[in-house]
Amino acid sequence: MANTTDSIRTMAQWAQEGNSPEVLFWVGCAGSFDDRAKKITKAFVQLLQKAEVGFAVLGPEESCTGDPAKRAGNEFLFQMQAMTNIETLNTYGVKKIVTTCPHCFNTLKNEYPSLGGQYVVMHHTQFLKNLIAEGRLHIEGGHYKGKKITFHDPCYLGRANNEYQAPRALLEKLEAELVEMKSCKQKGLCCGAGGAQMFKEAEAGDKEINIARTEEALDTQADVIAAGCPFCNTMLHDGVKTKEKEGKVAVMDIAQLLAQTEDL
Amino acid sequence: MDYLANIIFGIVFFGAIAFFTRNVRRLIRNIRLGKPTNRSDQPSKRWAQMLRIALGQSKMVVRPIAGLLHIVVYIGFVVINIELLEIIVDGFLGTHRVFAPFLGGLYDVLIATFEVFAALVIVAVVLFWTRRNWVRIKRFWKPEMKGWPKRDADYILYIEVVLMLLFLTMNASDYWLQQQGISYYVQAGIFPISELMAPLFDGMSTSTVVAIERTAWWLHILGILFFLNYLYYSKHLHILLAFPNTYYANLDPKGKLENTASVTEEVKLMLDPSADPYAAPQTDQQPAKFGVSDVIDLNRVQLLNAYSCTECGRCTDVCPANQTGKKLSPRKVMMDTRDRLEEVGSLLDKNQTINENQLLDNYITREELWACTSCNACVEACPIGIDPLSIIMDMRQYLVMEQSAAPTELNAMMNNIENNGAPWPFNQQDRLLWRDEINT
Repeated sequence: MANTTDSIRTMAQWAQEGNSPEVLFWVGCAGSFDDRAKKITKAFVQLLQKAEVGFAVLGPEESCTGDPAKRAGNEFLFQMQAMTNIETLNTYGVKKIVTTCPHCFNTLKNEYPSLGGQYVVMHHTQFLKNLIAEGRLHIEGGHYKGKKITFHDPCYLGRANNEYQAPRALLEKLEAELVEMKSCKQKGLCCGAGGAQMFKEAEAGDKEINIARTEEALDTQADVIAAGCPFCNTMLHDGVKTKEKEGKVAVMDIAQLLAQTEDL
Repeated sequence: MDYLANIIFGIVFFGAIAFFTRNVRRLIRNIRLGKPTNRSDQPSKRWAQMLRIALGQSKMVVRPIAGLLHIVVYIGFVVINIELLEIIVDGFLGTHRVFAPFLGGLYDVLIATFEVFAALVIVAVVLFWTRRNWVRIKRFWKPEMKGWPKRDADYILYIEVVLMLLFLTMNASDYWLQQQGISYYVQAGIFPISELMAPLFDGMSTSTVVAIERTAWWLHILGILFFLNYLYYSKHLHILLAFPNTYYANLDPKGKLENTASVTEEVKLMLDPSADPYAAPQTDQQPAKFGVSDVIDLNRVQLLNAYSCTECGRCTDVCPANQTGKKLSPRKVMMDTRDRLEEVGSLLDKNQTINENQLLDNYITREELWACTSCNACVEACPIGIDPLSIIMDMRQYLVMEQSAAPTELNAMMNNIENNGAPWPFNQQDRLLWRDEINT
């Protein structure tokens, strides 16, 4: 089963065969292009394959949701992106979308409906939690048993959409010790990437936000900093690197942790 | 002559109410300068939200010390205001403790309750002052708190202590005079706190104590009427506006930003292959201005937010940009919005046109706006549902869509999205390269 790319098919391929997938995996720009985020994409795909989920991707037909444009103030570009994507999604009759990026998740779920794009949209942690609950995916503790893991709440999953529980429920499956940072859940500190900050230098200040957050994470003495967002992942990676703790602490998406413990 | 006191009371009372009404009308007029927005849907959810957050103080107790102290002061003021009713009736009729005969034993319970709360309020307010000025909690000493905001915060605490002391002095002297059997002072009420103060009057003449009682009674009600009128000029307006503010607060997920309808029309036209690009616009209306550069571009809920803010700074305290030394402070965004709205309002009062000042640049700088990560921590932290983030996002929209004034790197990001569908310069056709990498 492992390592087959045959099951990673595009929406166009599914349509050609006259079938429709159970879910569309919205990979997102980071998941498609960023080397670190691509690892998250691959890990999540491995989990989908393990659970025998019939999924599709859009591939070259996917385009930025428009989130960074909207939050940078370019409503016009955002709506152009949104309408174009909605056209694609509706042409294929997409009903359900899962994504590893909380920014895509938020935009698809909250900002597409009033523009004509109504889908059931799930963050990958929610989707994986459901697969486990349905008995389709089994996760054994193994690899991370007894290790300390701290979870960094992505703003666009947590405060923006009130999902704090799904990622933690998955981490519990690892039989690791879940330790919380000084600010977590509703009070979670941002990694510094949101609102289009990812794509620009920060304004003058006395510290970078990702360093402040990384320090909170390091204070927990965790072995692993778990993330649920490709941008948080990058920011925290960079933070750990700046603090010269690379050898001691790993920054990984929950999908990567699950895939690794299952030796996928 | 017997009625002189009643007449003076009537004049002062109605004068205070009239001045307050004038300012409330001004407040409503100013809020209506903003754009209408539909926040009247789902009334049952909105009432529930108001009951939970404003009446129930559910978000105050997220910070337990300040939350509990605040609940003491809040309940204290609500409860003691019941006594105000009697004071007003007495003032008009020239009676004294007019409710006592009707309420009997209940009157004793009420007076005792008021007294206990008055004492608790004094304790809480002293602790508030200590936190602010002695412990010097960081969020009370940020740059935007210099000058009037700092003085305003202290004045409110002083006024509250003075009012409570006057209330207790009034009761203490009343209790002392009741003990003396002075006929005007009917035997009424139980005074668990002020009876401890009563021995202070021992040795004074009856007329002196009567004068003290009358003076305390008058200063207390005058103080209350002054405080009522102080509200409009103060951050303390929240004691009234927290209620409508939580009623009209956002019910949607915090991550959702509204889509601008006028843009939707334009985009639809652009994407419609059958649309005639040279056709004349259907209406001859002025093209809508995008985003916000001044307070009149904001919506009414955002303006109500500005008047409701009590500058507690919980938003700024949790703001990642502010925590790391950037200039952005969500509290300052709200304070600037109110200050500018007041400036516009006072120009209108003088029948002058709005000056060339505006919210953008004259109050809120671009540097502040671009420092926001849109993380919603400020929105989550606000105990009464104020949304500073929406103002920041609307002002960014003005900068980008009306002025093309985004930071260079963001322009590059947007160019990439426009040209190749991703914020980075990668080819859209390569979006599946990760699949090929799996086997290699």
